[in-house]
Amino acid sequence: MQLDDLYRQVIMDHYQHPRNQGQLADDAIAVDLRNPSCGDEIRLQLLVEDGVVKDVRFRGSGCSISMASASMMTDAIKGKSIPEALQLAQTFREMVKGEPADLDQLGELESLQGVSKFPARIKCATLAWQALERAAEASGADGEAKA
Amino acid sequence: MNPLAIRDDFPIFQEKINGHPLVYLDNAATSQKPRQVLDVLRRYYESENSNVHRGVHTLGTRATEAYEGAREKIARFINAPSPYQIVFTRGTTESINMVAHGYARARLQAGDEIVLPPSEHHSNLIPWQQAARATGATLRYLPLQEDGTIRLEDVEAAVTDRTKIVAIAHVSNVLGTVNPVREIAEIAHRHGAVIVVDGAQSVPHMPTDVQELDCDFLAFSGHKMLGPTGIGVLYGKPSLLAEMEPTYFGGEMIDVVELHESTWKEAPWKFEGGTPIIAGAIGLGAAVDYLSRIGMEEIAKHDAHLADLAVRRLEEIDGVTVYGPGPGKPRAGLVTFNLDGVHPHDVATVLDAAGIAVRAGHHCAQPLMRILNVGATARASFYLYNTEDDVDAFVAALKQAKEFFGHAIG
Repeated sequence: MQLDDLYRQVIMDHYQHPRNQGQLADDAIAVDLRNPSCGDEIRLQLLVEDGVVKDVRFRGSGCSISMASASMMTDAIKGKSIPEALQLAQTFREMVKGEPADLDQLGELESLQGVSKFPARIKCATLAWQALERAAEASGADGEAKA
Repeated sequence: MNPLAIRDDFPIFQEKINGHPLVYLDNAATSQKPRQVLDVLRRYYESENSNVHRGVHTLGTRATEAYEGAREKIARFINAPSPYQIVFTRGTTESINMVAHGYARARLQAGDEIVLPPSEHHSNLIPWQQAARATGATLRYLPLQEDGTIRLEDVEAAVTDRTKIVAIAHVSNVLGTVNPVREIAEIAHRHGAVIVVDGAQSVPHMPTDVQELDCDFLAFSGHKMLGPTGIGVLYGKPSLLAEMEPTYFGGEMIDVVELHESTWKEAPWKFEGGTPIIAGAIGLGAAVDYLSRIGMEEIAKHDAHLADLAVRRLEEIDGVTVYGPGPGKPRAGLVTFNLDGVHPHDVATVLDAAGIAVRAGHHCAQPLMRILNVGATARASFYLYNTEDDVDAFVAALKQAKEFFGHAIG
């Protein structure tokens, strides 16, 4: 087990200098999530217009992996349609679980591939993405038929 | 006692963790198991396995004798006057829930108070929240000092004639503080209250004498004291166990069953509905045999020495915060800490890469985390097989973690 496989420089950079940190206006979709087993928490806000992520912000506290993953995710989904963002979430999940994944889609997020060798940390890496999936559902633009 | 010789009894230390020898410092979560316990479990299943308290065949008698024999061993281990005061449960959580449900709820009403510290493990907190919600009673929290200790004058002030229950851990699973249970029991009793003691972190690590403590109920878990998972104990005073209602109903626990009502066996069997945790109880009996042979006084001294050593070494590292009592102050065998700027998960991952197992998280004590103003902490906890070399390895790896993250994020 090589620590450098997990803690890549780009992850540390996002941990130390998180992108898109802060808060949007109240009309944005907000999702609060916590990982009850470890205490990590995140508030993710999405501004969705015409099914596209116009803006995104997060706040939270947690380990380097969960916060870096959140930071990179916000960069990656800005300007994407909700179905595109959800597709990215699925690809990201496949990668951190060590399943075959289309890594070309992921850009910087590929730096979190090492998480797949640290099963205890998969929950950390996916917390923000779980928040994204909830927010997408709340946006009504996730492509699912609504009851 | 010789920890190196003791280690030879624990097969798990043959394991390599990420290429390193295992340094197991997560004993407050669960302990490792000696061959003496594993052998007894195997022997039970190979040559004694049968249901207990029923049937007349030979194996049934063997299993019943082994199961009830374990009860006697555990009674002696905590100096209970009688084995009938030992109820086998699944663990501390179930034991406390049984008291909250079967004893407390029927005796609580609006205006009554349950007194407890905010540092309790969730297992000695949520059952009381639920009991309070169901009955209209209120929770009254004891103040903690800066180092997590509890002052008796604060207990004197909080416990009144309205107090029906005092719930408290003998040893805090986060702070390592040793609460003055005997004195608190005396205060509770003066006001007619019942004291429920969470012994999950004390019974495995120090001599326990329920008669000297004068506690009314004591709950603890087998897996934290070399026994198997899934077995725990509720000790109670005979009159309280007699008054207490069972939580589970069904086979094994009944006396006479009519179509519309039934009566129960005496304690402890009325609390052990269904086929009990036979192998678990027998395994726990073997565990207390093992611990008694080493000596609980010795183990307490050893664990506290390693924790104190760890506190002293940690305080030499810039950027490390240690929670709970300072060096040289009474502290059980665990140390909770944080490294500035590095999340405890990241600390634990770096330590794990060096073969060192510590706990990271909120330790099932979220209200205490808020008092400490942290989201999570890391914890190293010691037991009879740990050595000063383990403390050295731990401190060295922590310094590496600091350097690693210092470079990475500095």
